[in-house]
Amino acid sequence: MADAHQGAVAEPGRMPVAATASAASSPVSSPVSSAVSTSSGGPTSGRRRRTLHGRTSPWVALLWLGPALLLIIGVVVFPAFQLVKAAFSRYSITGLRLGDAGATNFTNVLNHSSLITVLTNTVIWVVVVVALTVVISLAVAQFLAKDFFGRKVVRWAIIVPWAASLVITAKLFTMIYDYYYGTLNLILQTLHITSGPIDFLGDDRWTMASMIWVGIFVSVPFTAYVFVAGLNAIPTDVYEAAKIDGARPWQIYWRITLPLLRPALIVASVLNIIYVFNSFPIVYTLNDRNPGFLHDTTITFMYKLAFKSAEKDVGMSAAAGIFNVLLILVVVVIYLRTLKWQEQED
Amino acid sequence: MAAVSPAVTPVAPTPVAPTTMGTRRKVGWARARRYVLPLVGLAVALAFLGPYIVMVLNSLRPSSDVVQTPPTFLPRTWQLSTFGDILGDQRFLNWLKTSLLVATSSTIIVVLVAVPAAYFTARFRFAGRTAFLFLVLVTQMFSPTSLVVGLYREFFELNLVNTYMAIILTNSAFNLAFAVWILHGFFSSIPKEVEEAAHLDGCSRVGTLTRIMLPLTLPGVVTAVVFTFIAAWNEYVVALTLMLDDAKKPLTVGITSYVTGYEQHWDQLFAASIIAIIPVVILFAFIEKHLVGGLTAGSIK
Repeated sequence: MADAHQGAVAEPGRMPVAATASAASSPVSSPVSSAVSTSSGGPTSGRRRRTLHGRTSPWVALLWLGPALLLIIGVVVFPAFQLVKAAFSRYSITGLRLGDAGATNFTNVLNHSSLITVLTNTVIWVVVVVALTVVISLAVAQFLAKDFFGRKVVRWAIIVPWAASLVITAKLFTMIYDYYYGTLNLILQTLHITSGPIDFLGDDRWTMASMIWVGIFVSVPFTAYVFVAGLNAIPTDVYEAAKIDGARPWQIYWRITLPLLRPALIVASVLNIIYVFNSFPIVYTLNDRNPGFLHDTTITFMYKLAFKSAEKDVGMSAAAGIFNVLLILVVVVIYLRTLKWQEQED
Repeated sequence: MAAVSPAVTPVAPTPVAPTTMGTRRKVGWARARRYVLPLVGLAVALAFLGPYIVMVLNSLRPSSDVVQTPPTFLPRTWQLSTFGDILGDQRFLNWLKTSLLVATSSTIIVVLVAVPAAYFTARFRFAGRTAFLFLVLVTQMFSPTSLVVGLYREFFELNLVNTYMAIILTNSAFNLAFAVWILHGFFSSIPKEVEEAAHLDGCSRVGTLTRIMLPLTLPGVVTAVVFTFIAAWNEYVVALTLMLDDAKKPLTVGITSYVTGYEQHWDQLFAASIIAIIPVVILFAFIEKHLVGGLTAGSIK
């Protein structure tokens, strides 16, 4: 500490990084941090010592974090309170608040005739899209991690569904799925897979499957990129060791690659659960011409209650919105808990 | 000499033979791999690009050709004029203007707000630091979609429905979390000695941030900028709910009105979609290298 101090003072500006490298915190940079490091120098970890300047007052912090706090409180926290307030209020069809509603909005949602359908749809939508996305992305990532001619082009191609707006992609698929003019029916009939056209978006047996396919299509790029990052993080000598021990390729994949991909798998599936659950444009656009709530998820159900249904019931929609937020919180927490619990059992 | 060599030759192949067999199989795969992998790559690329190829082909034919039975893969009549028509259409130009304005403003706000917050939390300990980072994380859990009714109520009461301000603020707030997390990761990875050197040279705290830290963490800043811009450019639900004035709608909401139950201009829808997609794809391709690193810094860490 003393050496570093002397060094720093003796050679100002010359090799200062090397001069202060051994110091817990430079005495020159801020008196606050040096005071902290002398009083509690022991317990701070090495890494933290190298990156943190030390303790400072919350008032100084407020200066730096103020704008961020303002934005978050104003546009995220406050609307959340508005949502809760709206859920306990009655509104006119034009959006004027009429008075307290007590818990009627919540009971209205729970007693809604379409609730079971909508919940079932949501479970199918989230589970199938996320599960298939993860499986397909694992394969795509494994492939993208290989070195071959044209890999860059493939990577760019995969970016397109990710970068494109979901509404645009969904609108595009309304044409691809079209009964009369759709490209998909054209392909299926040209290849003699089907004899007649299928009404992908109008036939109740096909609507959900068609929406799920688009959901997977737009989720795979992001997920595959996360997995590529995960694969790159696995050191190559692990594979070499396994090869020398005579492990077969699928054994290597099952026993080494997948377990080491675990962090990436958890992140990708949690984010996908949140994204897919909250996904609005695909279900809303592809399901546009079907009346009622037969193919809606909880998100589009909530939206239609407030803005599209005959009643335009803001209060009931807000109550549905609160159920949505709670539902996704519970699902994510349970998912993470289960994973942790499994980890402990291992 | 002549007698020795034939005696040696039959011995030599026996131990070598299995090795050559193994290597031959390996050489065979290595040779095939050069052709198989690019072919699989082509199939994968086509699987993801296919729908957008349909989009391009449909933008190059008149709408009457798009909706004609039997459908064809290639246009029966090619029509290039749609793009020109669109770019001369005042409605489209209004939407494009809104999208540019909203995405650019939101990105600027996010950078101005996220950089100091990320830098400060990465460098200092203070009461409420963990609480702040937790708050940021929670914001990432919420989407504007799940809060859309609350957002609508707030802006309705503030009389901000139908204003750019409402959409810009919403986009900024909901993209802030991701930017803070990415930048936090990047700032934390820079050893503080680098900054202290600048301090010794008499650089102020803000000067250190702008002259030393930002250049060093440029990939992180670029990633945050591109992600925010794309997210704001593609945002749909909030704009759909808050922008009722046709002239103030962004592209994502506006172009859906090309094809409704009443009128179908498929050629215009697809041409407009392509114009809307191109800038974001270019931006994304631009940061493709940082995409992987940026994602891990933001989430896996």
